[in-house]
Amino acid sequence: MIFTTRDAANNTNYHRELAINAKNLCRNFGSLAALSELDLTVEKQTIYGFLGPNGSGKTTAIRLLTGLLKPTSGQVNVLGCHLPKEANKLRLEIGYMTQKFSLYDDLTVKENLQFVSKIYGLTANEQKSRLSELLSTHQLTQQSQQLAGSMSGGQKQRLALAAALIHKPKLLFLDEPTSAVDPQNRREFWEQLFDLCDQGTTILVSTHYMDEAERCHKLAILENGIKRADGSPQALMNNMAAQVVEIAATDLRYIKDKLTTLPQIISAAQLGTHLRVLVSKVEANPVALLQRQFCIKPTDKLAIVRPSLEDVFVSCTGQGVAR
Amino acid sequence: MKTSLLRIQAIVTKELLQLRRDRMTFAMVIMIPLVQLLLFAFAINTNVRNIPVGVVDHSQTSLSRVLQQTVSATGIITFTHNYHSTKAAQKAIDSNEVRAVLIIPKDVSQRLVRHPSVGFGLPPSSKQETSRPIAQWLVDGSDTVIASSIKSLRNMPLVELLDKPANRNTPTFEVTLLYNPEQRSVVNIVPGLVAVILTMTMIMFTSAAIVREHERGNMEMLITTPLAPIELMIGKIFPYIFIGAIQVAIILGLGYWLFNVPFNGGLSQLAIATLLFICASLVLGLVISTVTKNQLQSMQMTIFILLPSILLSGFMFPYEGMPLPAQYIAEALPATHFIRLIRGVVLRDVDVIEMNFDMIWLIAFTCLGLLIAAMRFKKTLD
Repeated sequence: MIFTTRDAANNTNYHRELAINAKNLCRNFGSLAALSELDLTVEKQTIYGFLGPNGSGKTTAIRLLTGLLKPTSGQVNVLGCHLPKEANKLRLEIGYMTQKFSLYDDLTVKENLQFVSKIYGLTANEQKSRLSELLSTHQLTQQSQQLAGSMSGGQKQRLALAAALIHKPKLLFLDEPTSAVDPQNRREFWEQLFDLCDQGTTILVSTHYMDEAERCHKLAILENGIKRADGSPQALMNNMAAQVVEIAATDLRYIKDKLTTLPQIISAAQLGTHLRVLVSKVEANPVALLQRQFCIKPTDKLAIVRPSLEDVFVSCTGQGVAR
Repeated sequence: MKTSLLRIQAIVTKELLQLRRDRMTFAMVIMIPLVQLLLFAFAINTNVRNIPVGVVDHSQTSLSRVLQQTVSATGIITFTHNYHSTKAAQKAIDSNEVRAVLIIPKDVSQRLVRHPSVGFGLPPSSKQETSRPIAQWLVDGSDTVIASSIKSLRNMPLVELLDKPANRNTPTFEVTLLYNPEQRSVVNIVPGLVAVILTMTMIMFTSAAIVREHERGNMEMLITTPLAPIELMIGKIFPYIFIGAIQVAIILGLGYWLFNVPFNGGLSQLAIATLLFICASLVLGLVISTVTKNQLQSMQMTIFILLPSILLSGFMFPYEGMPLPAQYIAEALPATHFIRLIRGVVLRDVDVIEMNFDMIWLIAFTCLGLLIAAMRFKKTLD
C-alpha cells in the first residue's frame, strides 16, 4: 500500500509517496506518557527533523518507527510495512544510527563494517566493493585498521553512519547523530546527508541543535512527548505565534526581569548587547507596548526582526523562557 | 539458509576477535584448567593419611610401645604428642592440637592376651575379660572423614604384635577393585574435574554474552538488523565449543602425563560426551544471560549453578549416598550426567551408546535450552 501526501493532506497539489505515515501514535512507560498522539507524515527523499529538548520523546518516536518499541496505541506504516507486525520485513529496508555509539569498540573499523555487512547478507564480492566505497566516502580508509574504541567522536560518527548505510537502506534514522562532533565535522556530515537524500534516501534525524533543524526539509517540534508544531523551517518561522523585538540598551538584565512579568511577553533572552523579546502576536504593535514600559528609556533602540528557528522553538515549547 | 549461515559466521568471527583481544580472558581459558588441575589433583585426597594424634600411655611397657608402633605403621595416624593423663589429652583435642588420642591402659598386656582376636584362650578367661578392648581412642568426631578413618583402626589385626602369621583370619568376602585397584583419588578426580571446570568456564562465558551486548550498548544496533534470535544464540555458543575442547585436552592430557590417570576409552567416545556437555553448559549460560540484567547478576547465577554442580554431581561425594531430593536436583544438572559419562569413557572404556540415558538427557537439555534462550530473547526494547 502506497501512502501519499494527498492521503495525508488532501489540500496539497503535488503527489509524493510517503516513507512514514503514523497516526495517533502513543507510547507509555508505566504511568509516564513518553509519546502522545503523534501524527507524522514523512515524504520520500526528504530530510525530516525531530527537534526537541532531552526527554521530549525524540528517541522513543524513532524507536517506535524502527520497530524497536511497540506502540501503546496508534498506527504506524513505514515504507509500506505495518508496525509492529512487519518489523522483520522492515529491518532490511532501514538503517539506524543510535544516539550512543553501538558498534564494537574492540573491533577495528574494517572488522565492524565486515560484521555488519555479513549480518545484512552481503556476499564476499559485494562486501569488498561496498566497504572500500564506504571507507572512502566517509574518509575512513586510513583508519580502517584502527580499533573503533580509540577513535575520535567525529570518526566514530562517520563509522556509525557507514555501518548504517552498508545495505543501502531506503530510509535512514539518525538519533542525535552530531551530539559528540565538532562544528566542522557536523557541516561535512550534513553535506553527506544531502548527498544521500539526492540519491533517493529518506532521512529522519533527531536533534536539539537549531542550526541542524533549520537544514531539514521539514521538521516537527516535540516537547514532553507532544508534537507542538511541524512544517518546513521557513513556514514555521512565518507562522509563528509571536513577534520578535530586539532591544539595544545598557541595563539589559534589569529590563529582562521587568519585561518577563508582562503577560504578553513569551520570552526574553540576551544575545550579546541585545535583548531578544518574543511578544505574543495578539499585540498589534509590540514596539509601542515595550516603549510604554518604564524600564525602557527613550534612548533605547527597539526594532522588529526576522524570527529564527530558536524563536519558533521557544514560542512553541516555552523552553528557555526566562520567566 | 545461506544468509542465515553467513550471519552465524559473522557472530562467531566477531566473538573470536573479541576473545583474542581480551588477553585476560584468553589467559584464563588456559590457566583455569591448568592451575585447578594441579591444585585439586594434589590436594584432594579422600584416603586420609598421617592424622596427628597423641598418646596417653598408662602402661609404659615394651608391649605398649610396640602397640604404638604397630598402629603408626598403618600410616593412617602419626603420634605427635605424649600426654600424662586423659584430662590433658582431652584438653589437647579441645585446642585442636591433635585430632585424636590413644589411651593405653595399665593392664594392656593382660587385655591383649585375653583378646579373642589373639585367641590364645589361656588362661581361661571370663566373658567380661574377653569383651574388653585393649585400648581406647578419643576422637574429635566433628570431621566425619577423620572419625571414620580412625574408626577403621577399631578392628585392626593385632596378631603382628605377637609374631603370629597375618593371614590367620580368612575374610568373609573377597573384594576385587576394578578400574582403580590402587585406590588413588586422583583417578576419580581428574575426569570429574573436567566437568567442574567446564561447568564454571562455559556457563560463565555465555552467561555474560547477551547482557554484555546490552551493557555496552551494542544490542540496539543488533536488533535493528535482520539477525534472528536463534542465529545470535548459535553464533554466541559456537566459538566456546573450541575453547571447551582446549580445556578438556589440557585437563585430560595433564591427568595422563602427570598423574597417570588411565585413559581407557576411545577419543571419539570422549569427544561425543564432551561436546554434548559443552553444548548443554553453554546453552545454560545463554538462558541465564537472557534472564539477568547485568554481568554481576550473571556471575551470581553462574555460582548458583556451579556449587551444586560440584557438591551434588558425584564429583565430591557419591551420588548414591545422597538423599532422594538431592538426587533429583543432581539429575537436573548437566554436570551429573557428564560425570557419569566421562568416568565411564575414561576409566571404564564404556561406549557412550551404552549410557544413552545421560546422552539423551544432555541433547534434550541443549535443544530445550536453546529454544528457551531464543524465545526469551526479544528483538524489541520493550
